[in-house]
Amino acid sequence: MAKARVLIRPKEGILDPQGKAVERALPALGFEGVEHVRVGRMVELEAEDPERLGELCEKLLANPLIEDYEIQTL
Amino acid sequence: MIWGVLQFPGSCDERDALHACSLAGEARLIWHEERDLGGVDGVVVPGGFSYGDYLRAGAIARFSPAMEAVAEFAAAGGPVLGICNGFQVLCEAGLLPGALLLNEELRFVCRQVELIAGDGERLSIPVKHGEGRFYAPDDILDEIEENGQVAFRYAPGQNPNGSARDIAGVTNEAGNVLGLMPHPEHAVDPLTGSTDGLKIFRSIAGLAA
Repeated sequence: MAKARVLIRPKEGILDPQGKAVERALPALGFEGVEHVRVGRMVELEAEDPERLGELCEKLLANPLIEDYEIQTL
Repeated sequence: MIWGVLQFPGSCDERDALHACSLAGEARLIWHEERDLGGVDGVVVPGGFSYGDYLRAGAIARFSPAMEAVAEFAAAGGPVLGICNGFQVLCEAGLLPGALLLNEELRFVCRQVELIAGDGERLSIPVKHGEGRFYAPDDILDEIEENGQVAFRYAPGQNPNGSARDIAGVTNEAGNVLGLMPHPEHAVDPLTGSTDGLKIFRSIAGLAA
């Protein structure tokens, strides 16, 4: 089994209200100078056939209309 | 007209949908594991949190046996209505254009809104959702507007979630699949303030007759 990690993030240009909310909260906690926060998700998995991970991402893990994904095999 | 209302684990509006459908025909529930729709004339994919909305709202429900049957039913021209989570499921299944994202203000919204239908009629129908911001790239938005696929818009100033071009509901190109975020099934009895939702069910029943 091959271990892999899939990073999924909102596509460039799509408003990410979660990222905005995190960004707005930071100065109140004393973290100045942090910007362009984007919140996505990470999926860890083990696959028999890592060649098929792209298809798996296209069909289920990400919605290609709104999200980009990146597969990292470990 | 006989309506089938899908029920997934996590659906929560199927009872109101059944009630609304029964005012515009007969209605029965279809469990998500059913591969056979049982000869119904129209299908409602109701609101709720199908499969817990894990991963993305509607992402897992689209792979259910009942949704495979709905995709075939829709391809054959059968009328399909997706409400709220049902709209999300239909978008994820590729039966409708676009996607529904987290509300712009991150808050769950629950209130009555005014909608403007494609023919200009105004309807008062409630919304209740946290992920209802309709999104599609500009070229797809242009295309669905040109094709007359925008079925409902929020009235000016009433967009509750940041939806692109105030879009509240869209159809597929053929016009037999309709999805919307507001809940017409909650607006069928004067007790709850508006019966405008019933017009949508009756209109679809007329379409299927």
